[in-house]
Amino acid sequence: MKVLVSVKRAIDYNVRIQIKPDGSGVVENGVKHSMNPFDEIAVEQAMRWKEAGTAEEVVAVTIGPDAAKEQLRSALAFGCDRAIHIKTDEPVQPLTAARVFEAIAQKEEPKVFMMGKQAIDDDSNQTGQMTSALLEWPQATFASEIELSGETAKVTREIDAGLETLEVDLPAVITADLRLNEPRYLKLPDIMKAKKKPIEDMSLDDLGVEAAARLETLKTTPPPTREAGVRVESVDELVAKLKEKGLV
Amino acid sequence: MSNKILIIADHLDGSLNESTARAVACAQQMSPTGIDVLVLAEDGASVAAEAAQIEGVSRVLQADNAANAHPMAALLTPQIVAAAQQGEYSHVLGPNTTFGKDLMPRVAAKLGVAMVTDIMSVHSAHEFDRPIYAGNAVITVGAPTDQVLVASVRCASYPAAPGGNSAEIETLSLDAELPGHTRFVNLEQASSDRPDLQTAPKVISGGRGVGSEENFKVIYDLADKIGAAVGASRAAVDAGYVPNDMQVGQTGKIISPELYMCFGISGAIQHLAGIKDAQTIVAINKDEEAPIFEVADIGLVGDLFKIIPELEEKIG
Amino acid sequence: MTEEIERDVMEYDVLIVGAGPAGLSAACRLKQKSPDLEVCIVEKGSEVGAHLLSGAVFEPRALDELFPDWKEKGAPLNVPVTRDEVYFFTGETKSKKMPNAFVPAPMHNDGNYIISLGQLGRWLAEQAEELGVEIYPGFAAQDAIVEDGVVKGIVTGEMGVDKNGEPKDGHVPGMELRAKYTLFGEGCRGHIGKRLIREFGLDADVDPQHYGIGLKEIWEIDPDKHEPGLVIHGAGWPLNTSGSGGSFLYHLEDNMVAVGLIVDLNYENPYLSPFKEFQRFKHHTEIARYLEGGKRVSYGSRAITKGGLNSLPKMTLPGAALIGCDAGTLNFAKIKGNHTAMKSGMLAAEAAAEALAGGGEGGDELTGYTDAFKNSWAYEELYASRNFGASLHKFGTFKGGALNYIEQNWFKGKAPWNMHDTTPDHAATKPAEECEQIDYPRPDGKLSFDILSSVHLSNTGHEEDQPCHLKLTDPSIPIEHNLPKYAEPAQRYCPAGVYEVVEDGDGNPRFQINFANCVHCKTCDIKDPAQNITWVPPEGGGGPKYSAM
Repeated sequence: MKVLVSVKRAIDYNVRIQIKPDGSGVVENGVKHSMNPFDEIAVEQAMRWKEAGTAEEVVAVTIGPDAAKEQLRSALAFGCDRAIHIKTDEPVQPLTAARVFEAIAQKEEPKVFMMGKQAIDDDSNQTGQMTSALLEWPQATFASEIELSGETAKVTREIDAGLETLEVDLPAVITADLRLNEPRYLKLPDIMKAKKKPIEDMSLDDLGVEAAARLETLKTTPPPTREAGVRVESVDELVAKLKEKGLV
Repeated sequence: MSNKILIIADHLDGSLNESTARAVACAQQMSPTGIDVLVLAEDGASVAAEAAQIEGVSRVLQADNAANAHPMAALLTPQIVAAAQQGEYSHVLGPNTTFGKDLMPRVAAKLGVAMVTDIMSVHSAHEFDRPIYAGNAVITVGAPTDQVLVASVRCASYPAAPGGNSAEIETLSLDAELPGHTRFVNLEQASSDRPDLQTAPKVISGGRGVGSEENFKVIYDLADKIGAAVGASRAAVDAGYVPNDMQVGQTGKIISPELYMCFGISGAIQHLAGIKDAQTIVAINKDEEAPIFEVADIGLVGDLFKIIPELEEKIG
Repeated sequence: MTEEIERDVMEYDVLIVGAGPAGLSAACRLKQKSPDLEVCIVEKGSEVGAHLLSGAVFEPRALDELFPDWKEKGAPLNVPVTRDEVYFFTGETKSKKMPNAFVPAPMHNDGNYIISLGQLGRWLAEQAEELGVEIYPGFAAQDAIVEDGVVKGIVTGEMGVDKNGEPKDGHVPGMELRAKYTLFGEGCRGHIGKRLIREFGLDADVDPQHYGIGLKEIWEIDPDKHEPGLVIHGAGWPLNTSGSGGSFLYHLEDNMVAVGLIVDLNYENPYLSPFKEFQRFKHHTEIARYLEGGKRVSYGSRAITKGGLNSLPKMTLPGAALIGCDAGTLNFAKIKGNHTAMKSGMLAAEAAAEALAGGGEGGDELTGYTDAFKNSWAYEELYASRNFGASLHKFGTFKGGALNYIEQNWFKGKAPWNMHDTTPDHAATKPAEECEQIDYPRPDGKLSFDILSSVHLSNTGHEEDQPCHLKLTDPSIPIEHNLPKYAEPAQRYCPAGVYEVVEDGDGNPRFQINFANCVHCKTCDIKDPAQNITWVPPEGGGGPKYSAM
């Protein structure tokens, strides 16, 4: 079985982002970037299948600038066999990403396309669902447990109402939620080996993908700040306020 | 141009999820010429009846289908696409619940259009604010006006539209081919004694001011009394009062309950990062200069060990 | 290493600990001299630059030697110093501007650049990788491998250990990186450097090392107030009564300024808080006028090795050498250490390359490094300013400053006297009862801030379920000894709020270590009066994530 897994380069989750004073975006220059944490979980899942013998080949794919190679190298250090880099310096919106992934999936024909449930930079939470829609494949988002058996997958999904289990025919797109697994620590020898693994470079043109209709980002601003509300003097007053708001 | 809006109802076990009324409240700010709610269920009568009461709704469209017994994006999408095209809607909206998050991007892709996730504020029918970087920045996005706009609505930003309406309910028959590649197995509804911290609508939280592991009992008791989950500040976790997984804040859980009530938490910025999306923050602290009061909607200065018993008694 | 663990082993010709200016320059020089050498750098920060913090006014002398074409190669030296101002602050609103003629010669900055050391480090790392150096960020050197009195390499830190020291799922033991020579460029108070200096008696013939703590913020200011290339140095207030040190404000590019305060760690009053002194400092009229209306974008702190030549230990030992601030090559008169750190790394690299050129097996002392260093301009500089710190320590900022003026300008640093300061910084701390408490103003949230919101801007983070990396030799000392005698100064000298004395449930004081806040400055390891705190590296990748400090 072949597994495709997408990874995205994003500002490291530890970094407090800074908004550019002219509102044109957030400061990315010189800021630590890492693999999107949900994508790490997706890669880890693919590795576990590989180590269990369920997957024969795991291919990592990313869309982004030259610097995104760093994240592909991380994926290779996890143990992915090879990687594909679709190079573009333009920001890529989810529908465009989905079109790229559709083309890659048609070319690579994986049984499972693993993705993170969302990227922690734009928080769109769209690409997995859009990719499976374009491919006419089933989707199983927010996975916290996956059981592969031959031509189907049983996926437990973390939804508001609890844990839902779906059975989907393969090939399918599955997106990883936080509790699916705990990604491993990378080992130095694996990082060294990753430097020698192949990365195939492609462009949107090579894949015949046109950038989709875009949302235009007009400005970036800091979130509204919370203001201090009221001070109450007694528990009675507090209870009255809570009741008024229908909170107790 | 006319803004005719279709909202996909989120429902479970025959009752409408409140998030639907929140999406309606958002839609009302888009100068709509009409707001229709689409109920996709096996038997949607009771859900449709509830939806018809939401203020601002023009029509409720009830499309019953045995395949809709459990909502699955792959099966709902072709029906929504058919409904959207049949009704010539300019906007298709869903709530940003896991239902909407799973479904709406699939609908957008099938319609071949971009999607706006988590609308938190409406500038016009095609210009919105939405959060990025976990809410640490907000972007204003403009969507193309010559195509259908698909979006999810950030429920925390909109109070539910009130009831009192009686919109007409129409049954809709949709001509859509449904795939067989996705099958429902089961749903294990969360049924723990205490709700999950991450998703609970109410959270009671304690900090170092609680003083000890034993003292935390008063926090648990109050939480059980009002059906809340229990959280803690990092200081309380570091001091060993509670386990790590109860930590709320930058390095712990980031939560957005309707009510966040915290006791003995000073409100370090790392903690505030975890609760900035809470709807109502109530702070009880004996230090009247604690930074938590600068963000609390309701603040009370005092000794938590005196206040909690009184609170329990008076909440009734 | 007592435990028997099966470790992976990798071997290199030269291993370098720390991707700072010294280590990166050494790596580049090694590959320039002998392209076939296998050279590896381990770095505890999550990426190169994540743990680099410096002022920094940068003197390009060493860089000119390392990469004469650095301009063409795009080194991030974008802001030449255009103007120098030196102030003696006498109060929050008062200052004396030193006429140019009285400014000690080493403090003139013609031909220098205002830089971000983090950016320079990243650029040097790119050059090093192009030359074929392997750089591994996120991997801390836990300890040196010493066999039969010879340094053979290092062991990397293990990953995935829980707070009780038990392995978690996915636990990865540390691995051995062995090399013919190991160069330690950990920066000020490197934890392995500290061990080697002690075990090999490298400081036997020199004065105790002296340190400062540097605190720095980057601000984005009103474009109308911004003057790229302007360098302001100050001494005096707020440290004129309780301690000594110096301050700076550098105008970078893009309306950014770096503002900072260096507090000498030989201060006596245990109530002194370097963090609060720094916050207060920003309210000085001469500083506030630039910062007002601006926005603080980052915060960080790092200790500085500043004893200079009088405290410089022997820099070599069998199989290894100390380079840069791990040894203590900073020129405190110039308040600059990056160029001398680079130079020391380059000289150590040249000596190692030479020793290995004839098929050498390594493991011996790189005496060629020491000899070359003694004949270098870096040594000449350190010699010229050898009395600078000690005279400030001895005579205070003002009189000491006058003496320095005479020495640096009249004798050009070649005055016929030597001054020594033989009290280690931690021993300078006086008992609390002999000192006055300091009443610091509350932060106003505009120019000055509380400690946790500051730490927030260092982007620091540590996996929380791991053993605390701040080891107490005797856990009872903070409460039983330091608290009654010194009012436990750790609560105040730590610039990241790591140490607190809190009340437990019974109202008794308890020492709380919030290690996740740590910004790896090493001040606690230096200043604890009982020398009871040992800083060891946490799981690799932890610590601050500075982007352009």
